[in-house]
Amino acid sequence: MAMAQLQAGEQIPEVKVTPDKYLTVRYAGASGDFNPIHIDEEFAKAVGLPGRILHGLWTMAQVARAQTQAAGGPAHLKRLSVQFRGMGVPEQEVVVSGTVSELRDGRALIDTVAEQAGKQIIRNAQAELEL
Amino acid sequence: MPVNTKAIGKTYEPVVYAVGREKIREYARAVGESDPVHLDVQAARAAGYADVVAPPMFAVVYSAPAVGPPIFDPEIELNFAMMVHGGQEFVWGPVVVAGDEITTTASVKDISERDGRGYYVFESVSTNQRGEEVCRGTWTNIVRGV
Repeated sequence: MAMAQLQAGEQIPEVKVTPDKYLTVRYAGASGDFNPIHIDEEFAKAVGLPGRILHGLWTMAQVARAQTQAAGGPAHLKRLSVQFRGMGVPEQEVVVSGTVSELRDGRALIDTVAEQAGKQIIRNAQAELEL
Repeated sequence: MPVNTKAIGKTYEPVVYAVGREKIREYARAVGESDPVHLDVQAARAAGYADVVAPPMFAVVYSAPAVGPPIFDPEIELNFAMMVHGGQEFVWGPVVVAGDEITTTASVKDISERDGRGYYVFESVSTNQRGEEVCRGTWTNIVRGV
């Protein structure tokens, strides 16, 4: 879907991804964020979490991916702001959705969220795409 | 205990990051990117880029090392054990490709307190070897029980 076809009020194609059991380990290595709450089940439980949780910035990368796929490539994404809420967990599907809120001067604003098991783990996110 | 705001405006030493082709590919695979411009040099060149293109969120890889020092700066007195990453914004300029050298400078944009929570806002500004601003990040960290 090319951005020229985006219309105000329309949804962008969803991104659905289920992080596997070891995703947080691979993302820790790729990003350099080795906080043990993401990679050590015992540590995460010891600090009161249900278990290892997803990196918020990995989830934000899924939100970014939904935008660049809708726009037709990485160079189109000019801004993305998000709020992190709650926590994501491995082995449950993450769904990113978004709606074009405004289309003006060759730029599109997208209101977008990431949900897991019906709960928003990224909310009030807004992306700006350049045509 | 009120938050300590005296570090607002403080700027830290720039951090230089050399962007590697295999690091971009490793990152792209970890976040599920399938666009070949991130993974395949020939595809990237065919699309007009000098080398494989960093996904926009690769900004965390080259800018996070600059944001560590303020988080752990004793002058800021941020209680790391009680910190959560509350919000994030990135504004992007020209794309980053393998072979680029990115210089990132972090600063303390704001420190405030609301409803018993401390809000620590850091800014990172990243420029490439041509002096172009490739990314500006705003990192909002929330500390409970200040």
